Amino acid sequence: MNTRFTWFNATALAFGFSFLYLPILLLVIYSFNASKLVTVWAGFSTKWYGELLHNQAMLDAAWVTLRVAFLSATLSALLGTMAAYVLVRIGRFRGRSLFSGMIYSPLVMPDVIIGLSLLLLFIALGVPRGMMTVVLAHTTIGMCYAAVVVSSRLVSFDNSLEEAALDLGCSPLDAFFSVTLPIIAPSVVAGWLLAFTLSMDDLVIASFTTGPGATTLPIKIYSAIRLGVSPEINALSTILIAIVAVGVIAATLMQSRVTARGGDQG
Amino acid sequence: MNQQAQVSDRQPGPAARPSGGPTKVFAPWTEADAKPLVEFVDVRKVFGDFTAVNGVSLKIYPREFFALLGPSGCGKTTLLRMLAGFETPTSGKILLDGQDISGIPANRRPINMMFQSYALFPHLSVAANIAFGLKRSALPRQEIAGRTEEMLQLVQMTQFAHRKPHQLSGGQRQRVALARALAKNPKLLLLDEPLGALDAKLREQTQFELMNIQEKLGTTFVIVTHDQEEAMTVSSRIGLMSHGSLAQVATPPQIYENPVSRFVADFIGDVNIIEGKSGGVIARDGEEFVEFHRPGDESVFVARASEPVAPQTDCCLAVRPEKIAVTREKPADAANALTGHVHDIAYVGNLSTYHVRLADGSIVKAQEANRRRIANREITWEDEVWLSWTPGAGVVLAR
Repeated sequence: MNTRFTWFNATALAFGFSFLYLPILLLVIYSFNASKLVTVWAGFSTKWYGELLHNQAMLDAAWVTLRVAFLSATLSALLGTMAAYVLVRIGRFRGRSLFSGMIYSPLVMPDVIIGLSLLLLFIALGVPRGMMTVVLAHTTIGMCYAAVVVSSRLVSFDNSLEEAALDLGCSPLDAFFSVTLPIIAPSVVAGWLLAFTLSMDDLVIASFTTGPGATTLPIKIYSAIRLGVSPEINALSTILIAIVAVGVIAATLMQSRVTARGGDQG
Repeated sequence: MNQQAQVSDRQPGPAARPSGGPTKVFAPWTEADAKPLVEFVDVRKVFGDFTAVNGVSLKIYPREFFALLGPSGCGKTTLLRMLAGFETPTSGKILLDGQDISGIPANRRPINMMFQSYALFPHLSVAANIAFGLKRSALPRQEIAGRTEEMLQLVQMTQFAHRKPHQLSGGQRQRVALARALAKNPKLLLLDEPLGALDAKLREQTQFELMNIQEKLGTTFVIVTHDQEEAMTVSSRIGLMSHGSLAQVATPPQIYENPVSRFVADFIGDVNIIEGKSGGVIARDGEEFVEFHRPGDESVFVARASEPVAPQTDCCLAVRPEKIAVTREKPADAANALTGHVHDIAYVGNLSTYHVRLADGSIVKAQEANRRRIANREITWEDEVWLSWTPGAGVVLAR
């Protein structure tokens, strides 16, 4: 794969990337616009970031979102690791591929359907909708991602490491916590970060499963948009983009470190 | 004591002489009152519809260096894993010091294992790897540190104590794995293809290191290997396995000189298998030999029998190539002689192997040390030659 530089390639690349990132770039630029009118550039300013700090409703929504993301990411990492461990380790049993398929299916299921089905479930069970229902809903998606990330690590995990721990006197639980977990920890963290960012920017599932007093940031922004785009929202979105980007980059780095170290093991 | 065993193993003839001579040979398997450290009693292991181990009974004695040898899939690793506690026998018993250990999980057995992949913990330093098992025992911290240091010295890894496994070479990792497995001073050390990942030269050197460490510590070692040369070099006895059963258990010289079946003769070293029928038993120079007839050949061959063979049974004569002499003239007093034409000569420097085609088309290999320069060799392609060997060189095998 040693393709030379040609103008055709460069143009194709430029088109592709501008298609992906031009809207986002515009949003980021206009978040620094001094004018209240979103479409008119009136010089550089960071005043909308300042004003954001005084918008209590926005801050509340941000706080809810962070808590939801943190809780659901933690639950996702926990459940995802457990699911991945069992699916990779337990060996062959009847319906094993069905189970692993079922773990991954929420990844391709439309959000609307997941949101709607969870809403129906919560109504049927009589669960009052609020922050906890959003956390649970996000966990159903997040744990799939965590399971995928962790199981890809566990597949290349040398089983004899755990046997060696047992051989040297560890109980099975001790072997998991002192050998397996430290080795797969980067992929668990990567799974956590993925689940966190997914929860942060989810609108559809959250709007189905939320209740009074638990408005997440995406919901807040979406409803604010309907009253007209304010530069404040651009500023907020820019911050969100930054957080999500940092999360995804961190998760990727974690994963690549794992593979690099795994490759070293000879 | 083990030193003597190693020396005696290198002498020709069976090493397992009865004890009581002026130099006591290490051969507890010949002593009636010796207590085995490990005993397999009719052990079977079935995975689904595959029988990995099929009725193995075996005794391994303290201070032995026992090799489980066999082709891949013969059940030797399963046997080892049952000893370690990673597999449970489907039926039969495994005794350690006379006690059934079937119900004891791996982490409570006084047995440690060195894994084929070494299984060093990548997130821990060399010292922490070695101390890992000690920390799970009731030892005080001071003693753990002392024991770790001792182990580092034993495998000459003191200067690498703070390295992580991925910063070590293959040979160094192997030594750390050995030190970690020995740290808890196990009654029994299991080694699963311990040298498989090393290159040939390092492997040879490591074999002697392993033997020295085993002699120094007096720990009983059980090694699994598919490399017959390795098994012959390091072990006090070899258990050769085939399809889940033990084909023969004997010292390296015995298993080489007195194989009990074609499989054993063929697996260990190079061998000529000549088909035919057995004849009567004769005595020569105070030893018993068996007569052997080749179809379409009037001459009578004389060979040893590792197990009694009834006359007129279909059997084969196994002769090692290095025990066959190649001459241009028929030797006058040869007990066994065949004639044929030189079909091929494989010259490998120190040795030449002559592939001699007999009248019936079969090939017999004879190996000679090249004591003279190749230019002075008097036998060449298509020459008519005679192959001869002594009565003691061949073995008649009915199985």
